Amino acid sequence: MKFGILVNEGPYTHEAADTAYQFAKAALEKGHKIHRVFFYHDGVNNSTRLTEPPTDDRNIVQRWQKLAADHKIDLVVCVAAALRRGIRDENLAEGFRISGLGQLIESGIQADRLVTFGD
Amino acid sequence: MEEDTSGTVKKFLYVNRKAPYGTIYALESLEVVLIAAAFDQDVSLAFLDDGVYQIMKGQLTKGIDVKNFSPTYRALEGYDIEKLYVEKESMDERGLTTDDFCVEVKVISKAEMAALMTSSDVVLSF
Repeated sequence: MKFGILVNEGPYTHEAADTAYQFAKAALEKGHKIHRVFFYHDGVNNSTRLTEPPTDDRNIVQRWQKLAADHKIDLVVCVAAALRRGIRDENLAEGFRISGLGQLIESGIQADRLVTFGD
Repeated sequence: MEEDTSGTVKKFLYVNRKAPYGTIYALESLEVVLIAAAFDQDVSLAFLDDGVYQIMKGQLTKGIDVKNFSPTYRALEGYDIEKLYVEKESMDERGLTTDDFCVEVKVISKAEMAALMTSSDVVLSF
């Protein structure tokens, strides 16, 4: 099955970003396809390269980067939500791209299932 | 590389569950709906739980210095978004009637709301 994923919460404060990642990983291990992860609301904070958690904790941003690189997943950050929260190309982590909400709708059309992770 | 999505029409349902102010979910959900209108999809909006407050008439936000975005709901008709559903139980629990809303809605029961969700292809919950 082809999945699209929507992440609506930021990293660390809320577990939604962790759950979305674990879901994506498990789906890929089962042979499913994740074609896009779309970051919206505070979810855009998953994409800043300035993130630096304590070394004994998971690095949520790098985790997305690796998953995307290993499985050719499109990581898309909503431009309007990003600009509101100070995320722009200058501090965007590699592997993510900033684009419009149309990418979320397109994901809903193309994927067999669009799964939302949020509050 | 991208697939051609033209011609595919799916049933999108936007589920609004949160109060209009206090968090940004309602406002940013509305932004998705407006963008979605350009994609020629079958769009419905559902209001339940505190989400029913989003379409209340007479919202005054000056006191909290936040933009009152409720007039946008009235503009949805211009985008051919005319299927707005309110869950009866959520409305009743809050002592509201359809007279309190700034847009025309169809009131449906919790069971009907569940059926609407089941019959939709893409459910986006905010």
